[in-house]
Amino acid sequence: MVSRFWYGLAGLAVLLAVMEAVPRLGLVDPRFLPPASRILGELGALLATPELWAALGETMRGWGIGLAVAFTAAVAIGFVIGIVPGLRAATHSTIEFLRPIPSVALIPLATLLFGASLGSTLLLVIYASFWQVLIQVLYGVADLDTVAADTARAYRLGWWTRIRHLVWPTALPYVMTGLRLGATVAFILAITAELVIGSPGLGLEIQLAQSSGAVTTVYALVVLTGLIGIAVNLGVRLLERRVLAWHPSVRGEVPA
Amino acid sequence: MTEPQQAPRRPGAPLGVRLARALGLPVLLVLAWWAVSATARNFYAPTPDTVARAFAETWFGHRIADDVLPSLGRLLAGYALAAVLGIGLGVPVGLAPRLRAAAEPVLEFFRAIPPPVLVPLIMLLAGIDTAMKILVIVSGCLWPILLNTVEGVRALDEVLTDTCRMYGIGRLRHLIIRGASPQIMTGLRQALSVGIILMVISEMFASSSGLGFTIVLFQRGFQIPEMWSGILLLGLIGFTLSVLFRWVERRVLFWHWSHRA
Repeated sequence: MVSRFWYGLAGLAVLLAVMEAVPRLGLVDPRFLPPASRILGELGALLATPELWAALGETMRGWGIGLAVAFTAAVAIGFVIGIVPGLRAATHSTIEFLRPIPSVALIPLATLLFGASLGSTLLLVIYASFWQVLIQVLYGVADLDTVAADTARAYRLGWWTRIRHLVWPTALPYVMTGLRLGATVAFILAITAELVIGSPGLGLEIQLAQSSGAVTTVYALVVLTGLIGIAVNLGVRLLERRVLAWHPSVRGEVPA
Repeated sequence: MTEPQQAPRRPGAPLGVRLARALGLPVLLVLAWWAVSATARNFYAPTPDTVARAFAETWFGHRIADDVLPSLGRLLAGYALAAVLGIGLGVPVGLAPRLRAAAEPVLEFFRAIPPPVLVPLIMLLAGIDTAMKILVIVSGCLWPILLNTVEGVRALDEVLTDTCRMYGIGRLRHLIIRGASPQIMTGLRQALSVGIILMVISEMFASSSGLGFTIVLFQRGFQIPEMWSGILLLGLIGFTLSVLFRWVERRVLFWHWSHRA
């Protein structure tokens, strides 16, 4: 485990060394690919400015609100579709058609309806992450153990008890997977909306830096988005582990 | 090798009921859209027949050859290149534990970068021509394929590995690629949706042709039915590609438990 960590660190060091050497040796014009040290220095300088934190706040606000709305709606709708008999068959074709529609197709619509504002970001984020969660919830509800379901019916448990103690624990691992996928997609779409439509946030900062020729700033911001992407992923995984601490798939990972 | 056997068809509901289930809700939704848009007379929400007419007029002419096919061609080229690179690099990295330990954090970082931010970067490096757009698609599609290939190769069954070594069976094709293929297909599926997004975005940024460019052009000119027809076309492309992918996946993974009925 420890050696894995060091190997990983060595890999990152090699990446930084290559990124430093390539422009310094003149293999690529340093105007287009600044050395790694300059990029990281620029990132440090940016992190000291309040503007960057404001932009970061805007991005995370769009991400958070959008994900929360999409997640709540998808879980509620997914449970209704999964539990009410006949509804799944009736909605299957519609869901399978709407799901693969790329959310970037909605960019012109968002621009018309909301312009360069939080609304555009939310429209794209919600559309994209909703399907990720919904599909997982549907899988989860369908995964119900038939013996457990029959037992619950034999004991005449009420519908709420059945949802609370039977369907919900069954679906929870899937719901968390959906949340993880949705969180990643929501972050991508939040940045995309800012970059393309111009809603305030990190994406807009990247676009502004690019059009004013501040190449180092573009690289620094791209590195920052990557770091946030990793943080989002780690955060949701941590949450998943806590929420599913009782589940065999998580319990098994912890060495006794 | 024998042909994959057709899975026995499950005895289901009669055809009429199945059709009603599949078409009922979509028909209702279109009717509802029709009713709302016809009564509300909202400028932004044209009636379905207006959109359908705009669709036929807009896309069944020179635009297929000028905008749609080049876009799809770039998507295909970038996707194929990313698949070759991703699998080609993923197999050696997956087989060498130390290399994998060193490469994984770097790869995870590249995957965590939201692919659309690569568009302005690659525009800096490669200009705004066709090569740039293909490069953008490659740079976004590569990471999910690469990481999934590495993971699939790593998790190969040890007994199978030893058996293959014993019998001297060609390892690369029959063991490694085949054994990792479920995971590789997962990566390819993720990469496909990333690729479609990047195809559209790279054309919205700096372009004079292509699907993304045309749709934004309609939106800026307030050609609302045409814009809706473009959204519809992108939806149809996304849907068709995902159906095609599932067909390919079923052929490739016919042996795998998840596809055995």
